[in-house]
Amino acid sequence: MNFDTNLIVSMMPELARAFGVTLLTWLVGVIGAAILGFLVAVARRYGSPWLAYPLRLCVEVIRGTPFLIQLFLLYYGGPFIGLSLDPIPAGLLGLAVYGAAYFSEIFRAGFEAVPPGHVEAAECVGLNRRQIIQRILIPEMTMLVLPASVNMAIVLLKETAVLSIITVPELTLVISAIGSQQYAFVESLFLLALFYWGLVELSGRLGRHMEARLSKYRFVTA
Amino acid sequence: MTTPAISVRGLIKRFGDVEVLHGIDLDIPQGQVSCLIGPSGSGKSTLLRCMAFLEEATDGLIFINGEPLGYAPGPQGKPVRLPAARIRAVRSQIGMVFQQFNLWPHMTALGNVSEALKTVHGVRKSEAEERAMVQLKKVGLAERAGHYPSQLSGGQQQRVAIARALALEPKIMLFDEPTSSLDPELTGEVLNVMRALAADGMTMVVVSHEIGFAAAVCQQIAFLDNGKLLMTGTPQEIFGKPRHPRLDQFLDTYLDRGAAMLV
Repeated sequence: MNFDTNLIVSMMPELARAFGVTLLTWLVGVIGAAILGFLVAVARRYGSPWLAYPLRLCVEVIRGTPFLIQLFLLYYGGPFIGLSLDPIPAGLLGLAVYGAAYFSEIFRAGFEAVPPGHVEAAECVGLNRRQIIQRILIPEMTMLVLPASVNMAIVLLKETAVLSIITVPELTLVISAIGSQQYAFVESLFLLALFYWGLVELSGRLGRHMEARLSKYRFVTA
Repeated sequence: MTTPAISVRGLIKRFGDVEVLHGIDLDIPQGQVSCLIGPSGSGKSTLLRCMAFLEEATDGLIFINGEPLGYAPGPQGKPVRLPAARIRAVRSQIGMVFQQFNLWPHMTALGNVSEALKTVHGVRKSEAEERAMVQLKKVGLAERAGHYPSQLSGGQQQRVAIARALALEPKIMLFDEPTSSLDPELTGEVLNVMRALAADGMTMVVVSHEIGFAAAVCQQIAFLDNGKLLMTGTPQEIFGKPRHPRLDQFLDTYLDRGAAMLV
């Protein structure tokens, strides 16, 4: 068969919109996941055991089941418990909750990797718990969790493709629809793969750039 | 008689089922350098950490310049915990220096020293940095103010850590094996800073394996063994003969290693 470049050009406006949806759901999803994951990690570390235990269970369940099924349950099962969401909000919520489970584990490990002596030194000069979290733990943890967080953001980018099953008009949905209408599966799926790979490559570079900039803050092993 | 800088009374510390301090009574006099010495596992670091309220005593009391630290005598003799603000106020009289320096790696030397002034005491940034510079000068590191901990040698990091503690103008400085993670070459510069502090009349409590430093700089030496305070006294009393047999045994390990700089 022929590789039809004209077809790709004619699809451009529609693709641009779908690209926007993918980019937006990804960014909002990642930021939501990181914030939620951070709160979960803090609550599990400093909260009461009554809060920590159910949170741990949630994290385990979310990490232990496929995103596809979680999303199905949220979108098609949600209305049974009075949670009727449009595709995009449902997709964002699903992505944020799914990502939060992983981010909370990344942050938990990050908290644990900050040497306890750094916190003790802060206590000794009078910083209270909030100041220690803000001034010491978060900055030190950021350096430690950066590589794992970039990795998680990349995973979530690719998971946005799953949102197509609940009819979020993102790249995968739009491109596979065009593909089946035009019988141009190779062109469309090739293009789709390129989009994702380009974005992943870009975020990987951004991550490495940030790591390099933070390298002077690296830990000293005494 | 003046109030001791630190009074430890009947201090018991347990970690789970293991009792590491079995009822310590010790007074740290004002304006003097006291050394805690003893073999590994004798409880000397735990005792120091209790004085800094980094460990909470299982029983017994600690007074800082006469004020109870953390716990006050209760009605039935059982210590009761004080409110957080009271604890912070008493703790603010104490500066702590750690074996592992524990500088914050994301801040410069100047940032490390000025951090608490800015965050805790609300001092304006420019003034906090000015005051931090004074302390960095005191430890001989003014020209390294803009360096991050990863760009400093171990000895320099420990001197920044001392400056960080001094910036809050504590009345008492606690040192937990301040030179144990340094090369012998770098040990000297840290000990010199400590000697200068001692000469200024700072009350200091030092946990150290530097027996030579203990003998030369300390006015009081406390020898701990197996969670008990075996003896306290001046260097002459402790190191002069006749010695406690356990102390003799402990000192022998130093003499064996050729570190016989004492007495």
